[in-house]
Amino acid sequence: MGLKILTEHINVPGIDTLETYRKLGGYRSVEKALKTMTPDEVVEEVKKSGLRGRGGAGFPTGLKWSFLAKPEGKPRYLVCNADESEPGTFKDRVLMEKIPHALIEGMITSSYALGARTSYIYIRGELMFVLRILEKAIAECYAAGLLGENILGSGYSLDLHVHPGGGAYICGEETALLESLEGKRGNPRNKPPFPAVWGLYGCPTVVNNVESIATVPWIVNNTGEEYAKIGVGRSTGTKLISAGGHINNPGVYEIELGLPVEEFLFSDEYCGGIWKGRKFKAIVAGGSSVPILPGELFLKTAEGTPRLMTYESLSEGGFVSGTMLGSGGFIVMDDTTCIVRNTWNFSRFYHHESCGQCSPCREGTGWMEKILHRLEHGHGHMHDIDLLVNVSKQIEGNTICPLGDAAAWPVASAVRHFRDEFEWHVKHPEKATAAGAVYSGAEDLAFA
Amino acid sequence: MESPTTQNEVQFSEAAMAEIRRYISHYPAERKKSAILPVLHIAQAEFGGWVSPQVQEKVAEILDIQPIEVFEVASFYTMFNLKPVGKHVLEVCRTGPCMLRGADGLIEHLENRLGCHVGKTSPDGLFTLKTVECLAACGMGPMLQIREKYYENLDPQKMDQLLNDLSKA
Repeated sequence: MGLKILTEHINVPGIDTLETYRKLGGYRSVEKALKTMTPDEVVEEVKKSGLRGRGGAGFPTGLKWSFLAKPEGKPRYLVCNADESEPGTFKDRVLMEKIPHALIEGMITSSYALGARTSYIYIRGELMFVLRILEKAIAECYAAGLLGENILGSGYSLDLHVHPGGGAYICGEETALLESLEGKRGNPRNKPPFPAVWGLYGCPTVVNNVESIATVPWIVNNTGEEYAKIGVGRSTGTKLISAGGHINNPGVYEIELGLPVEEFLFSDEYCGGIWKGRKFKAIVAGGSSVPILPGELFLKTAEGTPRLMTYESLSEGGFVSGTMLGSGGFIVMDDTTCIVRNTWNFSRFYHHESCGQCSPCREGTGWMEKILHRLEHGHGHMHDIDLLVNVSKQIEGNTICPLGDAAAWPVASAVRHFRDEFEWHVKHPEKATAAGAVYSGAEDLAFA
Repeated sequence: MESPTTQNEVQFSEAAMAEIRRYISHYPAERKKSAILPVLHIAQAEFGGWVSPQVQEKVAEILDIQPIEVFEVASFYTMFNLKPVGKHVLEVCRTGPCMLRGADGLIEHLENRLGCHVGKTSPDGLFTLKTVECLAACGMGPMLQIREKYYENLDPQKMDQLLNDLSKA
C-alpha cells in the first residue's frame, strides 16, 4: 500500500460532512496558513513540493502561482477547473463526490496564498449532483467560520462559489473556461496575455485542477520538502489514476508516482489485470488525447526498460514509442478491440467538441472522422491512411488551443503503431465489417 | 389582446427566482451575464426540459442582455435542448471508454426498445433518446444520465428495469 494523501479516508462513513472531515484532521492547513504563514510562504512551499498540474499538462503549480500579476486596485481570482471531461478521466468527480471538503480546504488555503477574495469552482454541468454536494459542504464552512468574513479570526476573508458549465469539453481549456464563466461561448482566447495577467473579468487569475488544489493542504501541513520526497525525480507526490476499459477492477486509485506500470495494471491491489482472461492489446494512458501505445511498448520502453508511473517514464521514446501521463485516465484495451473503430470514436468526439474557432481544427477533425468512418465501415482506400496522417499533421500546432493537438495525436499514433490493422480494413472490408471480427495480425484471418 | 408568444407568459416560480437571484449574487454586479449557464439550467428544469425562444427571451430580460446573447450560449452548450423533448431524456454516453464496455449494444437496445432512433422521441412521448460525449464515469460504463442522476454499470436487463420504473413514474 502506498501513501494516500487525498484518499486515505475516502471510505470513512460521513467523510462528506464537515464534522467527520475535521475530526480526521481536516482544515488544519487553513489554521496553519492563515495564522502562521504569509501568502508568499505558502506559495514557496508549493514551489518546493514540485507539484505539477494534475489536469493533464503537468505544469509546475508553484511556478504558475508565482506568475500571478499583482497590480494595485484589481482583484485576483482563483478558479478551480472541475470541468473534468477528458475521456477516460473521472478522478476529480470521485474525489469531489466523496470528500468535497478536500477541495474546499484546498481552495481556502490556495486562495489565501494568491490573495483572492472571491474564488470559483467551475464544474461541468452534467455533474449537477456533485455541485449540490459541494454547495452543501460550502454552506457548512460558512456556518463554521471557515468561509466568509474574517476566517477563524485571521483577518482574511473569502467567498467561494460553485458554477455549473453547460456541456462542452472545450471548457476544460483554461481560457475557454474563463470565457464560459463570464457567460459566453467557450471559445479559447489567444495567449498571451495569459490568465495570470488577464484572466477572469480581465483580472489576474490562476486556474488549477481539482486534484492539484486538493493536494495543497497536505503540502502546507507537512512542508513542500516532505512532498518532494514522495515519487521519483521531477514526478513528485501521489497521483489519482482513473482506470477503465477492459480491466478487472475499474476505479480511481491513488498511487505514489514511480510505481511500476506493470504492478499497477496487473496487481489485484489496482487494476487486477485484463478482464475475461484476455490478452493486453493497447492502452491510452493519460486520457483520450495522448498517443495510444501497444501493450508491449507501454509496459517496457523500446529499449526494454520497464516503465514507471511517472511523467518522464511514460513519455520516454517521445511520440515514436512513448506517450504521456496526461490526466491519468487509463483506457485499457484487450485483444478483441478494433483500433480503427476506437480511433474513429475518438475522432468523432473531437469533431463534436471542437469549438469551431480555428479552421484546421473545425474542418480537420470532421475530415478525420469521415475518413475513419469509411475505413471502419469497409469503404476505405489505401491512400486514406496517409491522408489521415496528413490531415492530423495539418491540425497539430496550428490552433489557438491544444484541442487540435489532442485530436491529432490519437489518430497519428494509432496509424503509427497499428498501420497493418488499418490496411487490413481496406484489403478485407467484408471481414472488417463483420460482427465481432477483429484483426489478429494474420492477413488471412479466418473467423467463425 | 396579447399574442400567445409574448414573454409575459413565461413565469419562473418563486423558488426558481430565488435560486436565480442567489446565482446572480455570486458575480460582480456589472457581470450579471456570468449567471447565464446556471439560469439556463434552472429554466430548462422549470419549463419541460427545454429552452424555448420565449424562455430564452425571459432569461435575457432577467440578465439584462439581448436574446441573441442567450441563444448564442444556449446553442453552444450541449446540455440545453432547443426543441421539445419527451418526459424523460435519456443521455447515453457513446465515447470510447463506455464503448469498450458495451455502450454501442446499449444504444442499439434502447433504439429497439423505444422504437425511435438516437435524437428522437419515442412514439408515446415518454422518452427522448440522446447520445452524449464522455460524462466522467468511464470506470462505470456503460452508463446514462437522466436529469441530475447517473445510472452506471448498465446492461440490457438493468436498462429494461429502469425503463419500466420510469414508465410507471
